Amino acid sequence: MNRKLKLALSLAGLYLLLAVLFGALVLVLWMDMREPERDAVLAIMENRYVLAILIILLAWAVLGFIVQGLYEAYVRAPLSLREQALVMVEANPGLRLQEIGASEIRTLAHVVNALAEQREALQRDVEAKIREAKASIEEEKNRLAALMSELTQSVVVCNLDGRILLYNNRARLQFRALGDGGTAGGAGPLIGLGRSIFGLLERGLITHALENIQHRLKRSGSQPVANFVTTTRAGQLLRAQMAAVLSSGGEEVPGGAPAPRGEGERQITGYVLMLDNITRNFETETRRDQMLESLTEGTRAPLASVRAAVETLANYPDMEAEQRDRFVSIIGEEVRKLSHHVDRTMTEYADAMKTRWPLEEMLGADLVGAGQRRIEAKVGIRTKTQEIDSGLWIKVDSFSLLQGLNYLSTRLHEEFAIREVRFRLARDGNLAHLDLMWAGSPMGVETMHAWEEEPMNLGGETSLLTLRDVMDRHGGEIWYQYDKPQQSAFFRLLLPSAMPQEEMAADVLLRSDSRPEYYDFDLFQRREQRSDLDDVPLTELTFTVFDTETTGLEPSAGDEIIQFGAVRIVNGRLLRSESFEQLVDPQRRLKPESIPIHGITDAMVRGQPTIHKVLPAFAEFCADTVLVAHNAAFDMRFLQMKEEPLGIRFDHPVLDTLLLSAVIHPNQESHKLEAIAERLGINVIGRHTALGDAIVTGEVFLKMLPLLTQQGIQTLRQAREAAEKTYYARVKY
Amino acid sequence: MTKKVLIVDDEPNIVISLEFLMKKEGFEVSVVGDGEAALEKIAQFSPDLVLLDVMMPRRSGYEVCQQIRANPAWAGIRVVMLTAKGREAEMAKGIAMGADAYMTKPFSTKALVAQVRQLLGP
Repeated sequence: MNRKLKLALSLAGLYLLLAVLFGALVLVLWMDMREPERDAVLAIMENRYVLAILIILLAWAVLGFIVQGLYEAYVRAPLSLREQALVMVEANPGLRLQEIGASEIRTLAHVVNALAEQREALQRDVEAKIREAKASIEEEKNRLAALMSELTQSVVVCNLDGRILLYNNRARLQFRALGDGGTAGGAGPLIGLGRSIFGLLERGLITHALENIQHRLKRSGSQPVANFVTTTRAGQLLRAQMAAVLSSGGEEVPGGAPAPRGEGERQITGYVLMLDNITRNFETETRRDQMLESLTEGTRAPLASVRAAVETLANYPDMEAEQRDRFVSIIGEEVRKLSHHVDRTMTEYADAMKTRWPLEEMLGADLVGAGQRRIEAKVGIRTKTQEIDSGLWIKVDSFSLLQGLNYLSTRLHEEFAIREVRFRLARDGNLAHLDLMWAGSPMGVETMHAWEEEPMNLGGETSLLTLRDVMDRHGGEIWYQYDKPQQSAFFRLLLPSAMPQEEMAADVLLRSDSRPEYYDFDLFQRREQRSDLDDVPLTELTFTVFDTETTGLEPSAGDEIIQFGAVRIVNGRLLRSESFEQLVDPQRRLKPESIPIHGITDAMVRGQPTIHKVLPAFAEFCADTVLVAHNAAFDMRFLQMKEEPLGIRFDHPVLDTLLLSAVIHPNQESHKLEAIAERLGINVIGRHTALGDAIVTGEVFLKMLPLLTQQGIQTLRQAREAAEKTYYARVKY
Repeated sequence: MTKKVLIVDDEPNIVISLEFLMKKEGFEVSVVGDGEAALEKIAQFSPDLVLLDVMMPRRSGYEVCQQIRANPAWAGIRVVMLTAKGREAEMAKGIAMGADAYMTKPFSTKALVAQVRQLLGP
């Protein structure tokens, strides 16, 4: 619009100039003429005024076309090329200028493209070198990340402000919440890079533990640790061990704010928390205590009655018969009570009475698999399985148990020339049957007893343990049985079964091929976020980039959100592993015409949590961040419709990538997400799921940041003000 | 004058033995089954000694013992606590509440009788 006005103005100026020049010429000629000449001219012109005006208008029109052509070729094309070139410089070095405009300009564009080609080649070269150098560092980081993810303990590393710099998969599972594949049980506290640990654990506990560490550090100088036990919001019992992260030698912490100093030069820059979920241990311990109490205190009263009665009987042999009978019946009654009490205790606390040998929980099928491999390799006989309960978890000391199985197979092979054994695994109440079976004639019962008591001899090396010891360790039993109709014999091992363990989140590993972004040590340098976000540089803010899928376009006409997708940007990095993805039951039927757009069907949303559960979880996910969305006005309208009924406020600062695109590239025609992504060189995959769109939007946003900086837009306030001034904003709001 | 013994316990089977033993010793015996009733009985029966169980419905033996000691009129009453709680901390609490003796179940009847005799001795 501005552009067209400019063109029109310059044309008008040109016409005015021509008119003035022509007028001056006519005036000069007129003045110079004598009377008869003037008359002659007037006579010639008399009938040709119209023609003359037509010729002049035609000349103007031709002139106008020429000027416009020149403008397009020499002014507009360079303008557009300039924008493209800036994108090339700042965001997408792979972009090439279109060859538009006049031939000189085309040549120029061509030359620029050639230069860009050279620059890109150079850049690739440099990048390759940098990559090489980075590879070894990256490898070490990956090793650390791999190590962390393998740990069965939850590990969380924080800086002194309590911001999380690293956490492992186990910690993530520990604090899993809605929208992250968690149960729909409501919004839990969230773990995430840059988030505060105080959302998960009580602030007082952590500061207290830190103080303890500082005191001990001053006294001894060794690396002290502090322990505490706490409960999570979900009621789980956690034992935490805290170790300080110390700066190496006297160097100043980057970021510079004063950190508590130890007596030496080393100062605390953060801490590592190792968390153990002891809820189950604690319950077992409690039950063990209860059982002990029941067995001691609980038996005292009946014993007292019996003892008093017996002693009275003994001391007063001459009491009346009736009296004597009373005492005898007391004894009978109390002894029966005692027996009953002991029986009940044994059944009730059976699990707590199990041996304290540390047993690991494993999938029974895995144990059988390991047993098969070992027996085939060491004993050299065939193995098969028969009826394996694949979902059965057992509690075993796998090393000694495998030795036992190996030992039995060896003896079967050596003494009975058995060439094949089969495994069977089944559940039996709280126990599991593991059968080692073979075909053949029955063996003597004494043989089995002898095998049980002898130290296990395994291919030359003798174990200190007997099979009996192994079974005792498990609180289990073993016996020999012969199945006559089947003509098959088997050893039955009775083992404790276990509760199924949570599968380590496979979804996390599937979500991206790359290593999950569970750490960001650059956060060590960060200080507490300023409360007034407006003047914070964009690069230092934490963003939640989100998108919603909806039943339609009119929230006021009853359209509802059916899917949320969101990712976080922390420290200029898009954290794909800290995403929020949740379908929502809109409690109404989807419009058939909308299904092809979002690909969500009625069956998919049915049974999902409703907006009443999802929105609070989403609000928690994006707490204290700046919201980013493409065409944010649309999504915000849906969110704001729900504010009042749910009592949640979405008063976060909001940035809109559509408006920002218009700020950066006012001369480009399309500001659709696909078009922007293409312009900025972003591969678009998995669009039109809420999470897929959110990720694309996030990547677009990150690419825009340097382009905004180039225009002098560095803070949140500047970005918002620039966005509000764009043409699109004026149309929308 | 015959000494009076009040037995306070909610387990009838121990009460039978205790009652028999105390009567054999020549005491005048009264029996109640809970803490609330014990306090009423003390007021009206004025025993010289109370055999007091700790774990009882309504009021625990500890509480009854404390009430006895809080009333100056009952200063002369001897209290022997009988309990199924055998830990040191609990015995210390019983003594602190003002019991004269503390016996852990199951106790020897001889020891109990000796203890009562000693406390009510001439």
